[in-house]
Amino acid sequence: MALRQCAIYGKGGIGKSTTTQNLVAGLAELGKKVMIVGCDPKADSTRLILHAKAQNSIMEMAANAGSVEDLELEDVMKVGYRDIKCVESGGPEPGVGCAGRGVITAINFLEEEGAYEEDLDFVFYDVLGDVVCGGFAMPIRENKAQEIYIVCSGEMMAMYAANNIAKGIVKYANSGGVRLAGLICNSRNTAREDELIMELARQLGTTMIHFVPRDNVVQRAEIRRMTVIEYEPTAKQAQEYRDLAGKIINNKNFVIPTPITMDELEELLMGFGIMEAEDESIVGKTAAEEAVAAAA
Amino acid sequence: MSNLTKEQAEALIAEVLEVYPEKAKKDRTKHLAVNDQSIEQSKKCITSNRKSLPGVMTIRGCAYAGSKGVVWGPIKDMIHISHGPVGCGQYSRAGRRNYYVGMTGVNTFGTMNFTSDFQEKDIVFGGDKKLAKLIGEIEGLFPLNKGISVQSECPIGLIGDDIEAVSKKAAVEFDKPVVPVRCEGFRGVSQSLGHHIANDAIRDWVFGRDGKDIKQEFVPGPYDVSIIGDYNIGGDAWSSRILLEEMGLRVVAQWSGDGTLAEIELTPKVKLNLIHCYRSMNYIARHMEEKYNIPWIEYNFFGPTKIAESLRAIASHFDDKIKAGAEAVIAKYQPMVDAIVAKYKTRLEGKRVMLYVGGLRPRHVIGSYEDLGMEVVGTGYEFGHNDDYDRTIKEMGNATLLYDDVTGFEFEEFVKRVKPDLIGSGIKEKYIFQKMGVPFRQMHSWDYSGPYHGYDGFAIFARDMDMTINNPCWKKMEAPWLKKPEVAEEMAKAA
Repeated sequence: MALRQCAIYGKGGIGKSTTTQNLVAGLAELGKKVMIVGCDPKADSTRLILHAKAQNSIMEMAANAGSVEDLELEDVMKVGYRDIKCVESGGPEPGVGCAGRGVITAINFLEEEGAYEEDLDFVFYDVLGDVVCGGFAMPIRENKAQEIYIVCSGEMMAMYAANNIAKGIVKYANSGGVRLAGLICNSRNTAREDELIMELARQLGTTMIHFVPRDNVVQRAEIRRMTVIEYEPTAKQAQEYRDLAGKIINNKNFVIPTPITMDELEELLMGFGIMEAEDESIVGKTAAEEAVAAAA
Repeated sequence: MSNLTKEQAEALIAEVLEVYPEKAKKDRTKHLAVNDQSIEQSKKCITSNRKSLPGVMTIRGCAYAGSKGVVWGPIKDMIHISHGPVGCGQYSRAGRRNYYVGMTGVNTFGTMNFTSDFQEKDIVFGGDKKLAKLIGEIEGLFPLNKGISVQSECPIGLIGDDIEAVSKKAAVEFDKPVVPVRCEGFRGVSQSLGHHIANDAIRDWVFGRDGKDIKQEFVPGPYDVSIIGDYNIGGDAWSSRILLEEMGLRVVAQWSGDGTLAEIELTPKVKLNLIHCYRSMNYIARHMEEKYNIPWIEYNFFGPTKIAESLRAIASHFDDKIKAGAEAVIAKYQPMVDAIVAKYKTRLEGKRVMLYVGGLRPRHVIGSYEDLGMEVVGTGYEFGHNDDYDRTIKEMGNATLLYDDVTGFEFEEFVKRVKPDLIGSGIKEKYIFQKMGVPFRQMHSWDYSGPYHGYDGFAIFARDMDMTINNPCWKKMEAPWLKKPEVAEEMAKAA
């Protein structure tokens, strides 16, 4: 099987890292050889696989060693649950330096060191929430991830972010082979969430590949720095992640997305009652002015 | 070839522009003009200080070049850190031949390269810690430095390092000025913004500095002046300073050629600021006028006519003693001037020159050519603004060419048609025109000669122009086999 490179994007805090690690555990269970590349200065993309607090990152080790040229692949790559290979790009603490450059450096290092040449079925890039600069778009440039999965929920900002990420994919889809491979709904238990995300997916030209229900077993597993599949293989939620893994294996629906306009997105949200129709007459009115108007 | 008429010059510009795509033509049209002395404001005929056109060969530099290379670099007893990757510092090492007196590496540092040599990890994790460490090492290794400037290269601005915080902390720790300069190369359209940023940094971090103050020991005098905007290239400031001193003035500061931090700090105490390079230092002169009420005048020490004019203009700000001093200086050097003109004018009379330099010389050197009977038929600025062109229109003859931020193509085409006897421009232009068989002088570095300022400089200037234009090599440009048949035959026989 040819190596498939996938990147997981989505709004910050939506559950990208948790979803990625659980679904990767599912893939491993099905006998797939997988590597996770964390592309977030927080370096928390591999902790559930390694049972570790935070893996030593490439950039951190490069800074200690002098330069990235002084590192060997085995220094930075850890092997965890069911032989899943784990790498963290790492980066600076908030407010200094250039985290985007860290991602670029780390991925270049992995390529040069031949990390992708090993016998792998899947690479998953877990990327920081907001694609704030070119560095965080690195995984979707040429010869990197070909399939993008966007994790979202039925909340306005999550959908807004998903649409923005789709715009980013369009930009690189024309110069490289990157395609949108589907939305993963990580449920927040909002009303008609599945229908809403399915409709968003339809408008973006893709599908909701799986609806992951909310289940506290995820948190219980996470406290133990484990995936659900490892912590409680018989849990219903474990089966959900196995289903997601299976769907990704069989997924052939790779598209250049058709991002929607802000107005279309608002219309969609209003249709599902998440957003009220805007009342133009109240724009720019202070509470005092409103009180006067009400009294009159 | 005789000089162009106005119509011919306009036709030449139109013809050169013809090859450009429509959008490029529209842009470049605004930067090319035929001089007309009757125009009062240059904005009516030429546009300047705009972004260069992508795809053409511009000759400009960057903001870092303007700050580190021009304004700060020559201050000899400070250490100027090229903060960022190593290249910017190394390729600007030793500045622009800004001569200075001192023991390099002990109490002066002009030709040394200090850099933070950014690596990948410094970009990713930020370079502030490295900068702090570097400043500490400088203090240990070169304790006689009087202060430090941090010259930002591009990445500093991109990754948002807080060099101000590092500088403030170091300034307190070592009790000397540590000046952060935000002259990242991508800022502005040319080196010009770098000059402005550098001037502002002096205003804010040297003039505005709390702490130990040299000014308290200074006893001001009635004839105190400063030389501002002379970078002592090949010794220019030295051959200027002696003239001012001979007329009775006291030169308190040189900005910044062979200059010291103490001189910069004392400048707000002078009676008059004398500005040579207006483009790079008018900002600080205007600031001192507003804040300290110090008047300033522009002067020009290229060629005896302009020198005499300038000495009298400077003297007019002082009493009769200084006025008499100026006349005495002019009279003293007159025999020397006469001898130079007598020797070189016959060899140079009528020769035509095209210039393309930075921000001052495209107009300031015209007088010294004219003193030798030569004529400047085209000139332009790399990074001048319209106030520079305002000052240029009067200096240039009618129907001469003005070209702003000239492109490689335009310059070559103008030269092919105007056929000047000499071109004065920079290192990037030199070999192109020499290979075209046109005599060439570098007018940024004086072609490793100089000084060209003052009377002493005029003697060297005249000699250099003569040995370039009248060099026998220009008669050997034609290959023997292209010469008349009888010459070729003779050569064949001789062989």
